[in-house]
Amino acid sequence: MSATRWLKLFGVFSILALVLAACGGAPATTQPTAAPAQPTTAPAPTGGGKLEIFSWWTNAGEADGLNAMFELYKQQNPGVEIINATVAGGAGTNAKTVLKTRLQGGQPPDSWQVHAGKELTAYVDAGQMEPLTQFFKEQGFDKVMPAKLLEQITYNGEIWSVPVNIHRSNVLWYNIKIFQENGLTPPKTIDDFFTVAESLKAKGIIPLAVGGKDRFETPHLFESVLLAVFGPEDYPKLFQPGADWSDPRVRQAAEIAKRMLEYSNSDRSSLGWADAAQLVLDGKAAMTIMGDWAHGYFIGKGAKVGVDYGYAPAPGNEGVFMWLSDSFGLAKGAPNPQQAKAWLALCGSREGQDAFNPKKGSIPARTDADVSLYDEYLQYSIKAFGSEKLVPSIVHGAAAPEAYMTEYGNALNVFASDLDVDAVVEALQDAVKDLK
Amino acid sequence: MQQAKTLSAHPARRVRWMNRDRAIALLMIAPSALAIAVFVYGFIGWTAYISMTDWRGLAISTSFVGFDNYLTIFSTGRFQTNIRNLIVFTLFFLASCLVIGLLLAVLIDSRIRFEGFFRSVYIFPMALSFIVTGVVWQWLFAPGNWPNDPTGINLLFKQAGLGFLQAAWTTDTNVVPGWRIEGLRTRIGIPMAMIPVVVAAVWQMSGFVMAMYLAGLRGIPDEIKEAARVDGATEWQVFRNITLPMLQPITLSAVIILGHISLKIFDLIITMTGGAPGNNTEVPGLYMYEITFKANKFAEGAAVAMVMLVVVALLVVPYLIYNRRTEVER
Repeated sequence: MSATRWLKLFGVFSILALVLAACGGAPATTQPTAAPAQPTTAPAPTGGGKLEIFSWWTNAGEADGLNAMFELYKQQNPGVEIINATVAGGAGTNAKTVLKTRLQGGQPPDSWQVHAGKELTAYVDAGQMEPLTQFFKEQGFDKVMPAKLLEQITYNGEIWSVPVNIHRSNVLWYNIKIFQENGLTPPKTIDDFFTVAESLKAKGIIPLAVGGKDRFETPHLFESVLLAVFGPEDYPKLFQPGADWSDPRVRQAAEIAKRMLEYSNSDRSSLGWADAAQLVLDGKAAMTIMGDWAHGYFIGKGAKVGVDYGYAPAPGNEGVFMWLSDSFGLAKGAPNPQQAKAWLALCGSREGQDAFNPKKGSIPARTDADVSLYDEYLQYSIKAFGSEKLVPSIVHGAAAPEAYMTEYGNALNVFASDLDVDAVVEALQDAVKDLK
Repeated sequence: MQQAKTLSAHPARRVRWMNRDRAIALLMIAPSALAIAVFVYGFIGWTAYISMTDWRGLAISTSFVGFDNYLTIFSTGRFQTNIRNLIVFTLFFLASCLVIGLLLAVLIDSRIRFEGFFRSVYIFPMALSFIVTGVVWQWLFAPGNWPNDPTGINLLFKQAGLGFLQAAWTTDTNVVPGWRIEGLRTRIGIPMAMIPVVVAAVWQMSGFVMAMYLAGLRGIPDEIKEAARVDGATEWQVFRNITLPMLQPITLSAVIILGHISLKIFDLIITMTGGAPGNNTEVPGLYMYEITFKANKFAEGAAVAMVMLVVVALLVVPYLIYNRRTEVER
């Protein structure tokens, strides 16, 4: 055999090998997608197999909560091997990058963490999730979760994921000592806020601590201002397809946010939300508006709620609970659908939620939790969740799809830097095209 | 390249286009050549194709839309700002690295004591990842509540009694001079927050340029300089008319190497500023990451990637052509 022919032969083999390797990535391993229906309310023992759960819960409290749920799962489903696929960092951005790559390659995990609400519509539109409305009925979740919440996580007439927890986004955290020393009370309205801020500023204290390094802090602040200006009835309408952002109240909200930022620290863009919370704890700043993961942060720093720091609804947000929620869905073509359904049953169960949430520092999405397991703030929050009006958060994936979140977020981040009201109003109006 | 040289050096052995040696050589490079063809050029082609589709959302879509995505990204103020930032960063980074690198190389070449020690000190930052550099310099350049309660470098200045040197550093929102041009949705000028980022990048890479120049300096035969001195040239004239011209190939290589790092920069900036304040330090790499993996606009992300590829190609391809020509001349 001549060298040329050897070469040709080798070439053919190489190409074949590459083609085979490429095909290996395709969903050749897809298993039957039609999961056997599970008519029982209690998850049936699955008897072995595997379960892959994908999340970005790697930090202290959240990882503990996840492990507590895994322990319960192992008790209920002995013999199932749990694969805990986590990707740390970027407030979930890094994890989502890996997840999206896997989904496009046809290699889904059985179930993955996703913010309940509009964020998961992208996966639904791509046909990557199984509807769970029937499952909710079987498990009775539809009776123990607030109707308003269920309404807000319904898309195309179906529910697609099981909320494990609820965080509150519109909370004002304040340094109790500063407020006592200066004879101030936490501001209830926007006007109150500016009165309080002015007297704090006169004393040389930063009235409002705002971060910016994590790229969501000003957008986060602004969603509570939008809620204050629009009220709980009109605020959710801002995220319907074709919403009217030319409403003069948008400009009004931007003017308020501008004034608020003028009362905040000038080094916003170099601080993360946690650094901003730390300023409050250190007594360098008086207030910060952040989700209740700040509560977890304060506790982690050894601070005492009611002594070192207090909580109140964000100014103008009284009686409205802006929620966000972590949830788990069922992958279309999940390798282990039966085990995954048992997992989802646990996620939505009172037992599972009460194991997870006290550790994570969030409240259950169910209204029948064992309140005694939770600390002072969380008990307050559980009560508020059960009684107040519910509206979804923009920044944390509940109210709007990711494409919109990105445009909204960037508009507000630029605003945090140049405080240009005209520009932010224009950018927000422009972003409406990404609402759908 | 090497293969071609050896062959032409032995013209007697060049009998047929394919002999045993050549066949084995081709056989050896075939696997990597194929892998590169698929995983580099294949995927570049795929990205180029995707950039002309309407792929939005997680489900792939391949309807052809031509250059729409390019028009979209170039019309956004954000991408225009990115391009401005990239130009500013690259110019400042290249210029500073070359000047400082050359300066250090000349100093070290002047037969100082502990030469090896200094050489290691200057080149050491290169051993770090840009991620580490970004995090450390982010701490240093975080201004704090200056001037009264500063952090990082500002605190150092304050303690050293140089309080007037305090600045907003990475949180400076100014663009100097910040001209507005009709039709452009960004302000033209130097975003001041970019300066600290350039400092960090120069801190990391100037040692590398020093090493390159040092090798170049050591490669200049002493006889030439001696001859010039004998002819009465001053040290400055020797440097200006002999050393610098002979270092020109080094400068070119340095520009290419630093330039392609600079045009693709991502890790340093995402850890140091994340693109803040506003989009004042954001570069196309960050933008691509965000609109692709956060906003699910895969086609627009691919278009940004192609723009980055073209920009780098504008730098590298002429160099490759030039290199080929000079090799042929030799």
